[in-house]
Amino acid sequence: MNRRFAYLAALAVAAGGCASGEGRVTLTGAGATFPNLIYQQWILDYNAANPGVQINYQSIGSGGGIRQFSDGTVDFGATDAPMTDSAIAAAGGNVIHLPTVLGAVVATYNLPGFQDTLRLTPEALSDIFLGNITRWNDPRIAAHNRGAPLPSTPIVVVHRSDGSGTTYVWTDYLSKVSEEWARRVGRGTSVAWPVGLGAKGNEGVMATVTQTPGAVGYVELGYALANRAPAAAIRNRAGVFVSPTIEAITAAARGAMETMGPGTDFRVSLTDPPGADAYPVASFTWVLVRREQSDSLKARALVEFLWWALTEGQKEAARLGYAPLPESLLPWIAERLAAVNVGGRPVWENPIGRP
Amino acid sequence: MARYRRTRSVALGDRVFHAALWICAASIPLLLLAIVLELAVTAWPAITRFGWGFLVSTAWDPVTDTYGALPMIVGTAVSSLLALLIAVPLALGVAIFLTEFAPLWMREPIARLVELLAAIPSVVYGLWGIFVLIPLLREYAVPLLQRAFGWTPLFAGTFYGNSMLAAGIILAIMILPYISAVAREVLLAVPNDQREAALAMGATRWEAVWTAVLPYGKAGLMGAVVLGLGRALGETMAVTMVIGNRHEIGLSLLQPGYTMAAAIANEFAEAVTELHLAALFEIGLILFAITVAVNAAARLLVWRVARASAAGSRAL
Repeated sequence: MNRRFAYLAALAVAAGGCASGEGRVTLTGAGATFPNLIYQQWILDYNAANPGVQINYQSIGSGGGIRQFSDGTVDFGATDAPMTDSAIAAAGGNVIHLPTVLGAVVATYNLPGFQDTLRLTPEALSDIFLGNITRWNDPRIAAHNRGAPLPSTPIVVVHRSDGSGTTYVWTDYLSKVSEEWARRVGRGTSVAWPVGLGAKGNEGVMATVTQTPGAVGYVELGYALANRAPAAAIRNRAGVFVSPTIEAITAAARGAMETMGPGTDFRVSLTDPPGADAYPVASFTWVLVRREQSDSLKARALVEFLWWALTEGQKEAARLGYAPLPESLLPWIAERLAAVNVGGRPVWENPIGRP
Repeated sequence: MARYRRTRSVALGDRVFHAALWICAASIPLLLLAIVLELAVTAWPAITRFGWGFLVSTAWDPVTDTYGALPMIVGTAVSSLLALLIAVPLALGVAIFLTEFAPLWMREPIARLVELLAAIPSVVYGLWGIFVLIPLLREYAVPLLQRAFGWTPLFAGTFYGNSMLAAGIILAIMILPYISAVAREVLLAVPNDQREAALAMGATRWEAVWTAVLPYGKAGLMGAVVLGLGRALGETMAVTMVIGNRHEIGLSLLQPGYTMAAAIANEFAEAVTELHLAALFEIGLILFAITVAVNAAARLLVWRVARASAAGSRAL
């Protein structure tokens, strides 16, 4: 009896050893909070299909993600604001930015008695956030909202107090459409706001806007959707007022792709893109991967996971409040993934082939 | 020491125990030292770049990498003092009522209820601030305040909700249980002889409290207030949710402001440049220095008062 038990135990150990030899891999990643929801979903789904690959993602913020990635404490980073050239140089230039999904930032507002969807021009939007427009019935706003009368209440601007990729996308857009904004404030994960109240996190901005009559703030699209918050339609470059929807955001990426080529750095900004149906405040969120890796098992697992996320995984996006990448982007991404190597040897075969 | 020498030869266990206690005692100052060193080392780029100007500059612009801490230092001081101004009379009132005037059956339950305030998580206070306190202030309190004191700079300007005033009130509620619990213990420690003597001299109960009980416990009561101040200086979550997080110094309590703890909590995770991170660490260092200074000053005060008023500090 005892002996048989010992055999069984030995067998079990041998089997376990085999499994680990076959490639039980643990990958860790850290970074942006914005894509956390879909990354966790991907990890769950991918692990169910590939039990040998354990992935662990911590949403500690884009800045923390870049820091941990550069320090080499994680296998991949994630960020909403691309790494600066100097940050890439500090990481030895060994970084690939891969877009994973699209997000958008929307202007949400609290205007009691105003039932229409607020329509804002880029000029009005930047003037509100610069403090040049201080009342809701200002002609620069009212001219495009003739359907319903706007109140004369003062505008209360609400912005993020914590550093955030959402702030980066928002200020990136304002910098593009307003010369004064670019000069006085600029773009960044946190900036020196000319006016307004600071609130912590999307939830803080949302709560403050909801509680303050006359308030306007910016939050991620997914957050506004989940809260059924009003979101302003913003006039895009083609002159059309577009409401933020999943389709309008993918359209923004498609519009921006017109100015890109297969070799374009994916750190490209998508805000203020061409295209009549494009919502103008959209952005990629990126995963950071090292081009030269040291562990071929890990490298291969990581690339395979990312490729799965960028193809199969995209189907989850809309349900969770993210916009999927345009499919026309895939060949360009595949080429970047195929460049990942260990000591010059690629770890993954590009399934599309050279475009 | 002499006694220890006599017993040294007796047991190895004693020596081990002695050493273990030494390690325990030494680890606290060493830990403090390690914290200061770590803060200073990481803050070094900001310290060398901005020098003393960091303490008096009001600029905070991560885009151009220029930082100054004055609005946050002022905000921390103003919000904490405002909280003390509101909480101290209330807390002392509660403590005096519960030890001297309340019917016996009422004392324990109410004391427990007040202490229960300390068990509420900070973030819940913040939520309550956003959804209950600020609307109440906007609808009722601030219009009244502005009608009465609108001519002073303290209540000038438009009230949007998130403000120094809201932060001060939230903080006051949060530190109230600490002050009142300690104050109550202090008053309970005042010997009954004190009260009886005053009453025998023909004092009313109020006069007995004012002339015999409170002076006796003065040192302990000050300790209670300082405990509350320490807590107010470092409070982060609830404050950042209602203060408005604006790098600005204004005379008006209706304006938004910022505190040091809130700035660190807000910006730490996304501080990308080395200088931004260093500036946040320097703010941590300043906050640390201020809390140590406040506590040291309080110790000194308590000690001096205690020397004058006998045993009042016993409850400490």
